[in-house]
Amino acid sequence: MTPALETVALSKSFGALPVAQAIDFALVPGARHALIGPNGAGKTTFVNLITGKLAPSAGAIRLGGVDVTRLGEAARVKRGVARTFQINQLFRGLTTLENVVLAVSEREGRAGDLFRVAGSRPALVEEAYAMLAGLGLADDALRPVRELAYGRQRLVEIAIALGLKPRVLLLDEPAAGVPATESRVILDAIAALPADIAVLIIEHDMDLVFRFAREITVLVQGAVLTQGPPEAIRADARVREVYLGERDG
Amino acid sequence: MNAAAGGPVAAIVRQHRLRWWEALPWAAIVAAYFLFPDHRALGAQILFMTLFALSLDLILGYGGIVTLGHAAFFGVGAYAAGLLAVHGWREPITGLLVAGVAAGIVGLVSGLVILRTRGITLLMLTLAVVFMLEEIANKASSITGGADGLQGVRLDPVLGTWRFDIFGRTAYVYCAIVLFVLWLFARRLVHSPFGRSLTGIRENVQRMHAIGSPVHRRLVTVYAIAAAIAGVAGALQAQTTQFVGLNAISFERSGEVLIMLVFGGAGRLYGAFVGAPAYMLAQDSLAKTDPVYWFFWLGLLLVCVVLFARGGLLGLLDAALRRLRR
Repeated sequence: MTPALETVALSKSFGALPVAQAIDFALVPGARHALIGPNGAGKTTFVNLITGKLAPSAGAIRLGGVDVTRLGEAARVKRGVARTFQINQLFRGLTTLENVVLAVSEREGRAGDLFRVAGSRPALVEEAYAMLAGLGLADDALRPVRELAYGRQRLVEIAIALGLKPRVLLLDEPAAGVPATESRVILDAIAALPADIAVLIIEHDMDLVFRFAREITVLVQGAVLTQGPPEAIRADARVREVYLGERDG
Repeated sequence: MNAAAGGPVAAIVRQHRLRWWEALPWAAIVAAYFLFPDHRALGAQILFMTLFALSLDLILGYGGIVTLGHAAFFGVGAYAAGLLAVHGWREPITGLLVAGVAAGIVGLVSGLVILRTRGITLLMLTLAVVFMLEEIANKASSITGGADGLQGVRLDPVLGTWRFDIFGRTAYVYCAIVLFVLWLFARRLVHSPFGRSLTGIRENVQRMHAIGSPVHRRLVTVYAIAAAIAGVAGALQAQTTQFVGLNAISFERSGEVLIMLVFGGAGRLYGAFVGAPAYMLAQDSLAKTDPVYWFFWLGLLLVCVVLFARGGLLGLLDAALRRLRR
């Protein structure tokens, strides 16, 4: 099966500092993959390389078998990559519904229309609303998104990404900053993601990682330390040392 | 569903519905014509400056592009319309169109280059554009009249019927109608999907990239459109005052229009209709008595608005109304 996402010897340096070292990585359609590693391991950098926010120093990125290394951010979104951000990146002054409508409109190539009224394609708005309702955000749809509790704003992050109907979804610490009382809804949302989407999640919460992931990659200093199913990672002595060990000790 | 009376679609479409208060500026513009028959020439100036500020609102208030060079387009429009008339093309409406197209092209070309940058770099580049064009207008004095200005702009009657008179009657009505038409266009634009995506760029450009939006293309598009409208405003000045001076294409004019818009309130489509008249009327009454004092009061007012009323006069009104309702 052609991987939904593949990186080949992907490398990036900031000056003399290597932040991604020849990373070979693949996500099959429907994957549930977690990327873990200590702070500064280069996890978010890896996501930024995949989305095109950063240009790699060397290596290649393929989406559905097509090389996209030279493509810009927007073009890669059109090829099915969507992401959420570690720190909320929302349209804070707009309503929750509009946040998602913008994404849906861009996906459908309707966001550049000059000679129509926004909302004149009801199907796009209905779809966005249904997306919010599915995440339990129906009552917040018409409120400015900045008025929502932080945990619910994290859900809007996911709703915007899902509005793009991605084939590859990159979740950068979806539960970061969410109080424990609210994190339940995030976990539920992640568990309910459409089965055919390939999902890569960056997360520090090990409970979440081991519950969610069928495959785990451990990144240390920009290089892949090891990769495997959760049981193997849990048992790996090197992983315990560089990462899990920090928590136990 | 209860939050969305009439459903989510209605909530989005509703934003475009005309509200009763949107008739107020037009009632005021009609009333001013009859109430102040001796000040129609000033009125015409206020109207084309309102149009100029409205064009700035599209890029600053909606696109989030901060510019100190918007008069570049006002000036290109003014010189284009002025030169056409001086060289014998005296039909005013086609003159406006040519001016708008000329300014739009300058906006498109400069936008393609400078909108690749952001923040302070972009601000400096907008300044550079207006300085360069001002210097060109200054040096090419055989064409533009240089520092003496472009004299002898004479026009045919509008639609072959209404002659430009010294009382500014035709000028006032002409400017009002052009402003009305372009206001309709601007209103349509900000409520279109394109306009909403501009708001998205202003609110969070990083997220716009991440949802696959061609941000640069959108910004260049609105920059060119705003430049064209600014060009029409400049052409209105050339045609109604029958003169084009270097100040039409100056940094000062760019700053002036920015202050007008910020006073009125950016990003609301109506800030221009409040800010431009307030500024020009205050300038007219204060500057006559003591120009130094005018700048003092202007400075003081600017400090107050920037510190205490970021949304401008309309922002204050908004806040007051909200408090009343509570």
